[in-house]
Amino acid sequence: MADHLKQSAVVERAPVIEPGHSFATVTDKISSIVLTRPTTNGWIFGFAVSFLATMMMLFALGVLFLKGVGIWGINIPIGWGFAIVNFVWWIGIGHAGTLISAILLLLRQSWRNSINRFAEAMTLFAVACAGVFPGVHTGRPWLDYWMFPYPNTMNYWPQFRSPLIWDVFAVSTYFTVSLLFWFIGLIPDFGTLRDRAHNKYAQMIYGLLSMGWRGSARHWARYEMAYLLLAGLATPLVLSVHTVVSFDFAVGIVPGWHTTIFPPYFVAGAIYSGFAMVLMLAIPIRKIYNLEDFITDRHLQNSAKVMLATGWIVAYGYAIEAFTGWYGGNRYDAGLLYNRLHGPYAFWYYMLLLCNIGIPQLLWFRKMRTHPVFLFLISFVILVGMWLERFVIIVISLTRDFVPSSFGMYYPTKWDWMTYIGTIGMFLTAMFLFVRILPMISIFEIRQLLPEAKVEGKH
Amino acid sequence: MQIFPRSSNAISKASIVGVIVIVATLFWFLMQLQGSPYVTWQGVRKAQPIPFSHQHHVTGLGIDCRYCHTSVETSSFAGIPPTKTCMNCHSQIWTNAQMLEPVRASYRSGESIQWTRVNQLPDFVYFNHSIHIVKGIGCNDCHGPVDQMPLMYQAGSLQMQWCLDCHRDPEKHIRPRDQVFNMRYEQPSSSAPVQIDGVSYSDQESLGAALTKKYQLRTVQDITSCNTCHR
Repeated sequence: MADHLKQSAVVERAPVIEPGHSFATVTDKISSIVLTRPTTNGWIFGFAVSFLATMMMLFALGVLFLKGVGIWGINIPIGWGFAIVNFVWWIGIGHAGTLISAILLLLRQSWRNSINRFAEAMTLFAVACAGVFPGVHTGRPWLDYWMFPYPNTMNYWPQFRSPLIWDVFAVSTYFTVSLLFWFIGLIPDFGTLRDRAHNKYAQMIYGLLSMGWRGSARHWARYEMAYLLLAGLATPLVLSVHTVVSFDFAVGIVPGWHTTIFPPYFVAGAIYSGFAMVLMLAIPIRKIYNLEDFITDRHLQNSAKVMLATGWIVAYGYAIEAFTGWYGGNRYDAGLLYNRLHGPYAFWYYMLLLCNIGIPQLLWFRKMRTHPVFLFLISFVILVGMWLERFVIIVISLTRDFVPSSFGMYYPTKWDWMTYIGTIGMFLTAMFLFVRILPMISIFEIRQLLPEAKVEGKH
Repeated sequence: MQIFPRSSNAISKASIVGVIVIVATLFWFLMQLQGSPYVTWQGVRKAQPIPFSHQHHVTGLGIDCRYCHTSVETSSFAGIPPTKTCMNCHSQIWTNAQMLEPVRASYRSGESIQWTRVNQLPDFVYFNHSIHIVKGIGCNDCHGPVDQMPLMYQAGSLQMQWCLDCHRDPEKHIRPRDQVFNMRYEQPSSSAPVQIDGVSYSDQESLGAALTKKYQLRTVQDITSCNTCHR
């Protein structure tokens, strides 16, 4: 009886990797995408569109540098508009990559092996997109280096008591560690690509990147140690980066910002949107490149479950915010709650609740969790919802603060939209290049999952 | 399969150190450049329409600063003298000197002499001469030995760290008010003490503390606050 139950439980779970693969087929399949698969028209079209969007962003930024932040919709009392909304949105998306690659590695969740590579790439590109906004919103971006503490002729340090400076350190550390982690993870695969490439220049470039990798036992021992150490370093960053980002708000006294629940609620929201982005990338990629063998229904299910869990943490955050507004007895918090429910931006607050709490409940159904199209759409809805969350937090709080005489409205301009859509283009441009020139799934980590790799030791 | 020869191991190891050294050197070079006269114009003798010598007029003739810079005690701006101030003397002496022809031309036409400004602060800095005078900061504390300058030059770097050196520790620079225009003032020592209100001070430390109190200097926190200078 017990055996029977155990058996059925195993059968019900989709495998991490479809049966029938060997070391050779795994390596062939993944490396051929980069090395031998011809560049398709679809790739060129998608790349061209993304690249055009990137150029649109650069144009919008060029105009911004010439004319200043006045071209945006911001004005007192709304000093933080799209720039900060988009910054928080992008940096949150990045978090899933680090969670998958570092925390799931330390927790020995082997299913991560097929999605960690492109999830990490997604992290890097998302952090790069996030980095655009604080860089250009400063008004005089050519003085951005003032944000870093360096010996200068002004004899002044940045204001270390400001969370905005903590942000600089949190984000730059995050980017550096993510980049190192990604690169170290790529080294054995660079070695594989170097050995399999026929083009001389490809051999040179992959050879340079593989840093002389020979795959000797000593290399592997050191590699494993370095990877584990970096995973240990990256793990606290999953929690710390978005915590610091939430301090940008929580340390301020504006109603709706000044709450202690922000750090956990921001981190959960970050992972929520990050997994949505992972799925939005994984679902088309596995379809286009026929990678259903490696990115199985198990991966879709697990990601959907993570979204369901973090979605409820976020919902708890909304509930506590509303409860505190009602129960706390602070008239400004109560006013904020009223403005969210009945103010000029109330529609977007209800949309946020629908996108982040309502629609994702479909994930309770197994059919939804394994149906790629529905999962793709739900992920899209969650990404929209998480964007709206930051919009609600920033704009509703700033438009209606303490004194009615300083109330205002915020309307984004076309330059706001061009910059925002442009960063999506920049993100996709980088993703298109990534799937074309780097192994988007970790070859050697997939091979570790094969039965061949589980050699019985003779005791 | 290795693409690169074995020797590239050494190159790659050296490159790690190399990158650090190159970046550090570049940074050091930029720091030096930023503090150099190339950027600050410190010590550069700029060409003037008339080679006016402060050395000659101050040390040689003993003219007080305020004879020409009349508003220094009452205004933010010390004042550049009108041509008439020059002509007070030069209508009587050196009336035919070729060197002074631009002065006479200016006097005849009423057009101002276009001096080249030497000590120029950025527009985002609020600076007031009178408050420095009244709190006992000497001219030469900032302007250097003007009485020994045949051609005017900027003595300090005028960079923010240069301002802050004093604003963070004004006691080291403060002097009795009656010594502010003394270009040869020396800080008190045991051989040459300074008398204030009948008390003799033989070192700057005790004098600075006494004058800070007497002249009611604002606290260091106040005078290093951003909006003291950036209003």
